[in-house]
Amino acid sequence: MLEITVLSGKGGTGKTTITAALASMVSPAIICDNDVDAADLFLILNPEIKQEGTFLSGQTATINTDLCSNCGICHSLCQFDAIELTNNEYQINPFNCEGCRLCERACPESAIETKPDNGHKWYESVTRFGSFVHAQMEPGEENSGKLVTFIRKKAKALAQAQNIKIILNDGPPGIGCPVIASLTGTNIVLLVIEPTLTGRHDSLRVIDLIKNFGIPAYAILNKSGINNDMEKIIMSDLKDQGIPLLGKVPYSILFRDAMKEQLNILEHAPESESAKAIQLIWNRLNKIKSESQLLTHQ
Amino acid sequence: MPVKIAIASGKGGTGKTTVTVNLYHFMSKILNSKVQIADCDVEEPNASIFFEELESAKSKQVTQLIPFINTDTCTFCRKCVDYCEFNAIIVIPPAQFAEVSPSLCHSCGACLYACPEKAIIEQPNEIGQINTFNHGVDESFLIEGRLKIGSSMQTMVIKDLVKDDWINKEVILYDAPPGTSCSVVATITQANYIILVTEPTPFGLHDLKLMIDLVRKLNKPFGVIINKADEYSDTYTYLKEEGIEILAEIPFNIDYVKSYAQGSILKNIPSDIESVYTGITQKLKNKLIHHA
Repeated sequence: MLEITVLSGKGGTGKTTITAALASMVSPAIICDNDVDAADLFLILNPEIKQEGTFLSGQTATINTDLCSNCGICHSLCQFDAIELTNNEYQINPFNCEGCRLCERACPESAIETKPDNGHKWYESVTRFGSFVHAQMEPGEENSGKLVTFIRKKAKALAQAQNIKIILNDGPPGIGCPVIASLTGTNIVLLVIEPTLTGRHDSLRVIDLIKNFGIPAYAILNKSGINNDMEKIIMSDLKDQGIPLLGKVPYSILFRDAMKEQLNILEHAPESESAKAIQLIWNRLNKIKSESQLLTHQ
Repeated sequence: MPVKIAIASGKGGTGKTTVTVNLYHFMSKILNSKVQIADCDVEEPNASIFFEELESAKSKQVTQLIPFINTDTCTFCRKCVDYCEFNAIIVIPPAQFAEVSPSLCHSCGACLYACPEKAIIEQPNEIGQINTFNHGVDESFLIEGRLKIGSSMQTMVIKDLVKDDWINKEVILYDAPPGTSCSVVATITQANYIILVTEPTPFGLHDLKLMIDLVRKLNKPFGVIINKADEYSDTYTYLKEEGIEILAEIPFNIDYVKSYAQGSILKNIPSDIESVYTGITQKLKNKLIHHA
């Protein structure tokens, strides 16, 4: 099995747009949206949900104020500033609580109870491009990394059940916990970089992270044409870092139009330069993919 | 009390940092107040890129306390394992093995509390940095958190950053990370007012709705800036139905995209952009500064 993960460092460089376009060509594959706290890929894939469930990951404490003696032990032990004194009553701020249960264990009055959170919704769906695994994290929650790991396992199980050899992961922005969860155990990273100063800066940080994992990465320069000087700088960075450039995708308003039609660029404007560029990128990736599959089989 | 404004979006790349940097520029100029940027996008902090002649000022380490089990005094009773809700501790009594995994540990202190032998001590482990920058005479006008590459403790770095002593000006602009998870909560809970920057596209609208859900749960006053404005009517219809204030619409302009690409948004600011930010600054002044 081959897992491909699309990352960028900076948000808004076009990860989801590129993933949606690749979905047209990668078939048969399982597509998995790893950007669980701002999951947008479903807006283009238009999934028909076949199975759904709840992923319970966190828990939160509550204080029963009838039993509380206001001793303040919980307040002094909590490392997360989750216990607040308001109107002479200790209360737990659920957004700060990490569910460690230390307050519950320490409370001399047994006035604290820890209950599982509502949980996050996950879905297995069918789309015009094949099966799609996605989720929607409850806004404000933690454990988005765990949710990413969970849905990636679902995607793998589905791939095995359907005898499908490729998983395409649309990754989250940044370099923190959800990105680490998205990178762990993947085989190829596609790095979508935009030719801006911030795009460059952020790509260098995610490249550093990818190198820590020793995963081969390939770059796609998106929004090409908005700054030629920056493109040159980024291409020289990629050379220094030993990351091959699969291709440049010209900046185009057509991407926005396609999104509004809930289509990818290959469906919306198949003859456009941008669509052709992505097809070329796919052909190159396909070559690399078959080579690396040979490697994993050896 | 300082006025604290957070700039967030849900979706990445809608213009949070652009809005933050411009607000810093116009609020400093118009309000005659000391304004400070707190770059809370610690995974990818890049507000500093937009300022020329920037000078690094102060810097300090952000550490996470990781418990360390002293196997000389440990009796391998496994009480710490029972207390750890994050499965971060492995104790194998026959092998006299006891260790904490730093990548799973939340530093909650439960294992220290549990240990009857006082065999656990905490040791600092670097997870990032807090840096400040000067801009001419404007000292520490920018403070940023920077997550150490490979660490997954971004929210802990943000929590340290937002309560840092170096945040001390009259107006603080918190530039939030993308997404809607705990790192965003850690950033925006500090604020008296939240600006949500959206782009009028299906992706932008979907993530805006998630953010509105979150700021409402947190009970924070907020308004929306529509960046790269065009005629995508769903965003406007939604905001109207919900009775949400549109603070400003920033027109889409390819030349502006190009100057953003170079990182030079504060040079030769187009007059339409200037009037938009002057308008936002006045609105924020009426909302926040009169009452402060």
